[in-house]
Amino acid sequence: MHSNAGLPPGILGHHFSSLARQNEAMRLGMWLFLATEVLLFAGLFTGYTVYRFQFPEAFAECSRHLELTLGTVNTLVLITSSLTVALAIHYARTDQPRAAAICLVITLLFALSFLGIKAVEYAEHFHERSLPGKYYAYEAVKIPGAAMFFSVYFLMTGLHGLHVIAGMSVLSWILRRTLQGRYSSQYYTGLELGGLYWHLVDLIWIFLYPLLYLI
Amino acid sequence: MNEVLRRLLFLPEQASTFARDFDQLHYFVILTTFVMSTAVGLTAVFFFVRYRRRSETQTTPHIEPKTWLEALFVTVPLIFFLAWFFLGYREFVRQTTPPIDSMDVYVMGKKWMWKFAYPDGPNAINVLRVPAGQNVRLLMTSRDVIHSFFVPEFRVKADVLPGRYTQLWFNATTPGRYQILCAEYCGAGHSIMRGEVIVLRPQDYEDWLAFQKRGLAEKQDGQPTALDFAPPLGNLVDQGRRIAADQGCLKCHTTDGTRHIGPTWLDLYHRREKLSDGSVVDVDEAYLTESMMDPAAKVVAGFQPVMPSFQGKLAGPEVAALVEYIKSLQTDAVRTGPSQGPSYAPIRGR
Amino acid sequence: MRLSEADSHALAGATAAPTYLHDGTTVMSWLNTRDHKRVGVMFLVSVIFFFLIGGIFALLLRFKLLEPGPFFVEAIGYNRLFTLHGIVMIFLFLIPSIPSAFGNFVLPLMLGTRDVAFPRLNLASFYLYLAGAVLAIWAMVHGGTDTGWTFYTPYSSTTATEVFPVLIAVFILGFSSILTGLNFIVTVHTLRAPGLNWMRLPLFVWGIYGTSVIQVLATPVLGITVLVVAVERVGGFGLFDPARGGDPVLFQHMFWFYSHPAVYIMILPAMGVISETVCAFSRKNPFGYKAIAMSSLGIAFVGFFTWGHHMFVAGQSTFNAGAFGILSMFVGVFTAIKVFNWVGTMYRGAISFKTPFAYICGFLYFLVFGGMTGVALATTSLDIHWHDTYFVVAHFHFIMVGASVMGFLAALHYWFPKMFGKMYPEGWGLVAASLIILGFNATFIPQFLLGNFGMPRRYYQYPEHFQALHVASTAGATLLGFGFLIIFIYLVIALKWGGRSESNPWRSKGFEWLTASPPPTHNFDEIPTITQMPHDYRTHEPSGVIRGS
Repeated sequence: MHSNAGLPPGILGHHFSSLARQNEAMRLGMWLFLATEVLLFAGLFTGYTVYRFQFPEAFAECSRHLELTLGTVNTLVLITSSLTVALAIHYARTDQPRAAAICLVITLLFALSFLGIKAVEYAEHFHERSLPGKYYAYEAVKIPGAAMFFSVYFLMTGLHGLHVIAGMSVLSWILRRTLQGRYSSQYYTGLELGGLYWHLVDLIWIFLYPLLYLI
Repeated sequence: MNEVLRRLLFLPEQASTFARDFDQLHYFVILTTFVMSTAVGLTAVFFFVRYRRRSETQTTPHIEPKTWLEALFVTVPLIFFLAWFFLGYREFVRQTTPPIDSMDVYVMGKKWMWKFAYPDGPNAINVLRVPAGQNVRLLMTSRDVIHSFFVPEFRVKADVLPGRYTQLWFNATTPGRYQILCAEYCGAGHSIMRGEVIVLRPQDYEDWLAFQKRGLAEKQDGQPTALDFAPPLGNLVDQGRRIAADQGCLKCHTTDGTRHIGPTWLDLYHRREKLSDGSVVDVDEAYLTESMMDPAAKVVAGFQPVMPSFQGKLAGPEVAALVEYIKSLQTDAVRTGPSQGPSYAPIRGR
Repeated sequence: MRLSEADSHALAGATAAPTYLHDGTTVMSWLNTRDHKRVGVMFLVSVIFFFLIGGIFALLLRFKLLEPGPFFVEAIGYNRLFTLHGIVMIFLFLIPSIPSAFGNFVLPLMLGTRDVAFPRLNLASFYLYLAGAVLAIWAMVHGGTDTGWTFYTPYSSTTATEVFPVLIAVFILGFSSILTGLNFIVTVHTLRAPGLNWMRLPLFVWGIYGTSVIQVLATPVLGITVLVVAVERVGGFGLFDPARGGDPVLFQHMFWFYSHPAVYIMILPAMGVISETVCAFSRKNPFGYKAIAMSSLGIAFVGFFTWGHHMFVAGQSTFNAGAFGILSMFVGVFTAIKVFNWVGTMYRGAISFKTPFAYICGFLYFLVFGGMTGVALATTSLDIHWHDTYFVVAHFHFIMVGASVMGFLAALHYWFPKMFGKMYPEGWGLVAASLIILGFNATFIPQFLLGNFGMPRRYYQYPEHFQALHVASTAGATLLGFGFLIIFIYLVIALKWGGRSESNPWRSKGFEWLTASPPPTHNFDEIPTITQMPHDYRTHEPSGVIRGS
C-alpha cells in the first residue's frame, strides 16, 4: 500500500494519486528530456561525420595536435564524478544525507576541475591560433579542412561545456535540497534524476573524447 | 485536350521535350485531386442532409467499420500515390540524367544576374542562346548564395550552389524567347534576377555563333549592369592583332615597315607624320582613333584617301585593342624568333 | 451510472466552488498560476494576438502584390515582411496554438485528472514562449530579418539584417515547445483516470500525444541548427559556408529534419479537434477509432523520414530524391484514412450544422485538396516545375490555414462555452465561417494557378502577366481578413456581454464535458472512473463515468 505519510511537505503534487505515480512521471519526464539533449548533440555529431568524411587528413592531423593527456585526464575526471554522484544517490537511499551531500560536493569539485582543464586547453588553442573558421591561423597544420575541424571541435566542446555548467547548477540545487533534508529512503527521486542528468553530460563527453582526440 | 487543360490550369506553353510529359502527369494528378475532394465534399453534404439531426435527444447506432472497408481506405489511396510516384520518378530520372551528346553551357549565378559561357565561344550576361532540338546541359555554380535556375516553359529548375556544380539539361522544341527566373530567395534583387533563353532555329544558331566568334560578343548579348563590369579577357595586344586581321586592316597596312596602300604600322606610334594639308601631327591614341572613325579628316601626305570609316563597325574596346596593338609595333619590340605561345594577362575579379 | 452530487450540481449550473476564472482575481494569481486552464487561456490570448500580427503582415504583403513593380514598400522591406509573416505564423501561432491553448485546457479534463504532470514546467513553457516572442518583436522593431523563415545558408549567415536575435528567439520558442510536449506525454502516460486505458482515450488526446512526440524528438534538431547558424554569423565558423569548406545543403538537411515533422505538429492537433467535433456534432461514435488513433502515431513516425522532399532540386542525388519521394507517399495514406473515417462518422449520425460543423466541412475539403497537392508535390518530377513557386505556397496555406486554422476555429467555438461559460452568437458564427471559407478559396486557388504559370515565391516584383491572379488573390485575402475580424469582435463581445451558456450546450459526450463549464480550479470534485469510450451516443443522458459503476 502506498504510504504518503511521513513525507516532508511539498513533495507529492496534489494531482498525483500516489508517490509511486509521481516518481514514475518524474522519471519519464527526465528520460524524455535526456532524449532531447541527445538529439541536440546529434546535430553536431552529424556535422562532425559529414566533415570528417570530407576532410579525412585534416581531421586526423588536427586530432593529433590536441592535448591528448589533458583530454584523457578530463575523461577520467568526468567518469569519476559520475561515480560520486551515483554514490550520493546510494547514500540518500540508505538515509545517510550527510554522506550524500559530501559526495555531491566532490562531484561539483570534479566538474569544476573539468572546466578548469578545458579552460587551459582553450587558452592553448587561442595562443597557438588553432581556432575555428575565419580565425584559424595555426602554423603546424595547413591542410584544407583544418579550420573546419576546429569549428566542429569548439562547437561540440563548447556546447558540452555549457551543459557541464547546467549540470553543476542542477547538482548545486540538489545539494541544497539534500542539506535541507529533503531526500531519504522514502523519496530521493529528485536526486536520482539530477544524477541522471549528470550521467548524460558524462556520456556525451565519452562520445566526444574518442571522436575528437583519438581517431 | 492537352491544350484545353493546359490553358485552364494556367500552365505555360510547352517549349521543351519535358513539358508535355510533365503536363500529362499533372493533369492526371490534379484531376484525381479535384475528383476526390469533390467526392468527399459531396458525400459530406449528402450525409448532412440525409442524417441531419431531427430531435435534440436523438440517439445514434454504434457503428464500427468492417476491416475490408478500412483496408480499402488504405489501399486505394496508396495505389494512386504510388502510381503517381513511379510515373513521376521515371520522368525525374530522365530529367536529371543529361544525355551524352549534350551541348554544355556553363552558368554562373550571382547576385543578381546570370552569366553564361560556352566552352569554345562567347560569354553572355543574362541571355542564353541555344539551338532548338539540341540537348543542352547547363553546368551551374554560384558566386555567393544559393540561387535557382528556372524556366517555366521548359519545366526545368535546379538550385545553383556556391562551391559546387549542379547540372540540368533540356531540349528546347520551339524557337522563341523564354524567361529565366531565379527561384531561390537571394536577397533584395531576387525578383529582378531574370534572364532570357533565346531558342534559335539550328541554322540561325550556327550563324549567330560564327558571328560571335568574330569578337562582337560584348555588344550583342545582354546588358552588363552597373553591378558587374566584365573586363575583356586576354591581352589587348593579341585582341588587337586578331581584330586587325578580321577587319581587313592588314590588307592596306603592313606591320613590317613595307609601304603599302596605307602607312605602315611599324613604329607608327608617336611618329611625327606630315599630313596632306602640310601640317604635322604626332600620332597618338586620339589620332589613331580619329583615323579609324573619320579617315578623310587627316590624310597622311603621299597616300590616297581610300580608307573606309569604321564608325559603328568597331566597339570602343575593339578600338582600344587596335590602338594597343599598333603601340606594340616598335622596332625593338618586334619578335624575330618563333612565337612563345599566347600570353595572357591575369583575369581580374573572377 | 451516476455522477457525484457535487458534479451534478456543477453540471446543472449551480456553482459549489468558484470557477478557475474567479479563483483568485489578481494579476499575480494569473502570472503565478499552476492551473493548466489558466496557462491555456494565457496561451490562447497570446497566440490570437500573434495571429493578428502575422495576419497584418500578410495583408501588407498582398497589398504590395497588387502592383507588379515597386510599390508601397521597398524590396528589403517586403523581404522582411514575408520573413516575419512566416516566423510569426509558424513559431508564434501555429506550433503552439492548439496544443498549448486548447491542449493545456482540455487534456487533463479529458483524462479525468486535476492538472498536467508538471504544472510549474507548464508555466515555464509559457514564459519561455513570451521571452521568445519578445525577442522576436525586438528584432522586428529593429528592422527584422530578411532570410525567409527557412534561413537558408549562406544567405542567412551573410545578410546584414538582424538575423541573430531571431535565431535565438526561435531557439527559445523551440524550448517552450519541447517542454509542452514533454509535459503532455508524461501526463497521458501517468495521469489517466481509473479505467481510462489507451484504447478509450479521446481522439483529441491521441492527436496531442502524436504531436508531443514530434515536438520532443524533432525540435532539438531545429535548436542546434539555428544555434550553429547564429554562431556562424557571430563567429565565422563556416560550418555551412563553402568558402570555409562547409556545405550549405547540410543546413537544408538539418533544417528540414525538424521542419517537416513540424508541419505535422501543426496539423495533428487540428485533426484531433476535428475528430472530437465531428463526433459531437454528428452525435455519433467515431467510425474507425483504432484507425484514426493509430494513424496519428503513423503520421508522427513516418513523418520523420520524409524531409528530403523539400530538396528535390537542391542538388541531392537522384537516388535520395527517389527514397524521400516514396516515403512521402506513405505519409499521405494516413491522412486519407482519417478523412474517410471522419466522413464515415457522419453516416447515420444526427448532424447539427452549428459553426464548428461549418469549420469541419471547410477543413475536410481543404485538407483533401491541400493534402493531395502535397502528394502531387512529392511526385518528384512534378516538383521540378513547382518547387519554390506559388504552387507550394498555396499547398501549405491550404493545410496551415485551410485545415489547421479551421481546426483552431472549430476548437475555439466548440470549447468557448467550456472555457468561459459564455456562448458565441451562432448566426454571426456561420456568417464569419462562410466569409472565411469563401475568402480562403478566393485567396489561394489563384495561387495554385500562379504557381503553375511559373510565378516564383518571395518575389517583390513580378512579370506583368501574373498580375490578374495576384489581384484576385489580394481580393480574397481582404475577405478572409474580414472574416477573422468579425470572429474576433463577436468573441470579445460574447465574453463581456454574452449570455451564460449551459454546462454542456452541445450535449457532447466527450469526457471534458463531465465537469462544469467553466470548470472549478480542481477540475473534478471526485476523480471519475471511466468505463466506456467517449462519444457513445446510443443513449441520450450524459455519459456515465463516475466511480461506483
